[in-house]
Amino acid sequence: MITAVRKPLEEIMGFAAPYSRVLLLGCNECVTVCYAGGRKEVGILASALSMAFLKEGKKLDIVEQTLERQCDPEYVEEIAQTIDQYDAVFSMACGCGVQTVAGRYKDKPVYPMVNTMFMGASERQGVWAERCAGCGDCVLGRTGGICPVARCSKRIFNGPCGGSTKGKCEIDPGVDCAWQLIWDRLKALGRTDLYSEIIPAKDWRSAKDGGPRRIVREDLLS
Amino acid sequence: MSEFEPIIVAFACEYCAYTAADMAGSLGMSYPPNVKIIRVPCTGKVDTLHLMRALQKGADGVLVAGCHLGDCHYKNGNLRAQQRVDYVSRLLEEIGIGGQRVMMTFMSAGQGNVFAQVANEFTEKIRNLGPNPVKLGAGKAAA
Repeated sequence: MITAVRKPLEEIMGFAAPYSRVLLLGCNECVTVCYAGGRKEVGILASALSMAFLKEGKKLDIVEQTLERQCDPEYVEEIAQTIDQYDAVFSMACGCGVQTVAGRYKDKPVYPMVNTMFMGASERQGVWAERCAGCGDCVLGRTGGICPVARCSKRIFNGPCGGSTKGKCEIDPGVDCAWQLIWDRLKALGRTDLYSEIIPAKDWRSAKDGGPRRIVREDLLS
Repeated sequence: MSEFEPIIVAFACEYCAYTAADMAGSLGMSYPPNVKIIRVPCTGKVDTLHLMRALQKGADGVLVAGCHLGDCHYKNGNLRAQQRVDYVSRLLEEIGIGGQRVMMTFMSAGQGNVFAQVANEFTEKIRNLGPNPVKLGAGKAAA
């Protein structure tokens, strides 16, 4: 999922300073799963913000609401009837959600409450790691299910670089060398022949490098 | 001059801490009436949100009392509670309320004396810290 981490409270309190009534909007999808912006985190942040303001003798009215998703217009529409009651919207969704809300309610200031990080997966309870770079041309079938774009620091495509030491990447001893992982996996699968197949230079135009991307499904348009 | 009487909310697990509190009562070991006990099946049930709301709604201090580490009836609920208490403590520091207003403590069901002692000491600590700044501010904000 898309992972995110709540912004430092100091930054959020800076956003809130000019306002007296805000909507703290959570999201029930990715940010819920990584404990950054779901219904519970909305409650925790609302509580913290409210206390921080009351301590100074100031009152900040915070209304808590969590939408199923903030990246689909149908869900964002749900707040249309009540949005005028608020000075601003504080969105706990990822960047996709914040922008969808801001795009729908153009005359309302919308602030991000989390720093969106990466597309990743749970390694274990409380730990998430980057797994997918959204490059638009997936090679996972050739690399035993390990992504050389997201997990190799240099995004190289045909084996490790000279910095690979004892299975770790030279940028950080805590980072696995993706190509070591790929080799180990292909060996376990008995498919080291895939390693020998040279993957040609990647066409990065399908990735972020090609500019903002869009998918249009003709069969779904109404 | 009226002395400040702190409101202490104590989440106590059914298996150990609540039983210890009960024992303190039956053995005549007194602890301050400031301590309002909320019985939970396990301190692992106490969520970060519960701790935050207690303070937001006017508690001056929040105590979470569970089994000794390793003795939790549900294996590691008390460990989860400890982690949440630490998290809330840091959060409270960040907003300037003071991380000392939440505390985790461990005891066994037979340790009524420990419950009484911790309840007394924590109440005293909070009394010295003063009222929850949120309450003072709320008065100003309402004015």
